[in-house]
Amino acid sequence: MAAGGYLDFEKPILELEKKIREMKEFASGEEIELSSEIVSLERKLQKLQNEIFSKLSRWQRVQLARHPNRPYTLDYISHIFTDFIELHGDRGYADDKAVVCGFVKLDGQKALVVGQQKGRDTKTKLMRNFGMMHPEGYRKALRLMKTAAHFGVPIFIFIDTPGAYPGLQAEERGQAEAIARNIREMSVLPVPIIITIIGEGASGGALGIGVGDVLLMLENAWYSVISPEGCAAILWRDQAKAPDAAEALKVSAPDLLELKVIDKILPEPTGGAHRNHQLAAQIVKGELLASLAQLKQLSTQELLQRRLDKFRSIGIYDEI
Amino acid sequence: MEWFRRKPQPPPTERKEIPDGLWTKCNSCGEIIYVRELEKSLWVCRKCSYHFRIRPEDYMAILLDEGSFQEYDAGLVSLDPLGFRDSKKYPDRIADARRKTMKNDAVICGIATMAGRQVSFAVMDFSFIGGSMGSVVGEKISRAIERAIDRLIPLVIVSCSGGARMQEGILSLLQMAKTSALLARLAQTKAPYVSILTNPTTAGVMASYASLGDVIIAEPGALLGFAGRRVIEQTIGQKLPDDFQTSEFFMNHGFLDKIVPRPELRSTVSSLLDYMSS
Repeated sequence: MAAGGYLDFEKPILELEKKIREMKEFASGEEIELSSEIVSLERKLQKLQNEIFSKLSRWQRVQLARHPNRPYTLDYISHIFTDFIELHGDRGYADDKAVVCGFVKLDGQKALVVGQQKGRDTKTKLMRNFGMMHPEGYRKALRLMKTAAHFGVPIFIFIDTPGAYPGLQAEERGQAEAIARNIREMSVLPVPIIITIIGEGASGGALGIGVGDVLLMLENAWYSVISPEGCAAILWRDQAKAPDAAEALKVSAPDLLELKVIDKILPEPTGGAHRNHQLAAQIVKGELLASLAQLKQLSTQELLQRRLDKFRSIGIYDEI
Repeated sequence: MEWFRRKPQPPPTERKEIPDGLWTKCNSCGEIIYVRELEKSLWVCRKCSYHFRIRPEDYMAILLDEGSFQEYDAGLVSLDPLGFRDSKKYPDRIADARRKTMKNDAVICGIATMAGRQVSFAVMDFSFIGGSMGSVVGEKISRAIERAIDRLIPLVIVSCSGGARMQEGILSLLQMAKTSALLARLAQTKAPYVSILTNPTTAGVMASYASLGDVIIAEPGALLGFAGRRVIEQTIGQKLPDDFQTSEFFMNHGFLDKIVPRPELRSTVSSLLDYMSS
């Protein structure tokens, strides 16, 4: 990450954009005819953007998924849904602010939303614990998903976490048990569950709210058994090898589509979701509406059988 | 995956903790013990009760009626879906593990009887790439759960694993979902599931089927947990207590039903199954 909230490989694009902006200002102020130069620069910008974004490495996508201006769960909630009523707490220990839950309406249709939430500044980053949930977060999510299921309300999940929180108290309160229970219970919740990976999908921390009927993934999100840094530290004994680990782990949306783990890749606005939150949210909203309409056609029995079959069939092995 | 971090010690081979000589030293208290005697005590140190790591076959001998075990799905072998390579190519890692352990992957599954009762049984093998769960382990555990569902017989799984196998990437992670989804189906029947945790059971295995038993028991002193000790220490910037993530720690925090010394495993599991069967 370079200073100023942009990624190194975004720099040439941002510089060219600045130049165009300056030229436009200059032209309007001085009444000088620069439109042909501007058009040519804009064409150049388009070309440059295509060049950079058509061949992103997996590691570059990981960086985009972590972009400080990337839309987070609450951004999607405000752009996609109406009538949001946030609901808190696991009724046992605390309210984990790394996960946001609440009732919403999607074009008038009732739903529950559950999503990991990161902060934008130091204060909110700490409050949200960088999107890393404790056991009480998984329990809060499960409690509310069960409430939703009880009242026949479908569930939308947004995944964006660098991992379940690895801490002393998280272990004391049963991080493993909380995640295991969520995975098991989500597999039999009798309402549609539509999951969108919007940023980072790290390991059990993501899977702990990641079992459902449809798995959508934004173009530059990542989802993996372990973070590239964690894998690099273990297998390469060097965190700096994270870019190599990202390649080896095949963490990108196209990889996961090929492995039949996700159902669909959602395209991001040119330059990444952070360049246009509203457009990114519009794209996601369209898919949520389509997926929900499709799942509402199914009986509960069909829905659950389909969900089981989906996970039952994952795995590649040989039988000799 | 935490087991990788404990290198530079050589990865444990199947008899690493179980010495070939006549005498051996307890890893915990340093007591010199006659190997024959250790064998008789099921590889538990008589002085300090340290539980040596034992092979899956040893657990079968301890838990199952002699000669009752019928293996299933032994022919499942790993492929290399990601073309994964770190310091070694994944297929080479698998080939080495198969040669070293004479097994095809990190779990043995089948049908057996325990005190005359038929059970679907699975036992993990730490000597095969740290007992890690990839597609093969996930599939074999899934089939073991399905056998329990189909025959309405108890499920007993002896876990011993560092977690999901990184070399199969996302497919390993989703074995957690596959096995847990089937356990949700098992929970809708009257077939009980006893999860036995041995040293170590961590990460992806702990955060899926190992934590989902109707009853969960552990051997004393086992390493149990979700995140690795070093990762936690780095994250919170403080040293962790010595008993952190042991069976006793887990028990004290309410995540184990019982700690059961190895010599009592067989009778305890049989009694539990008795209570939970109609």
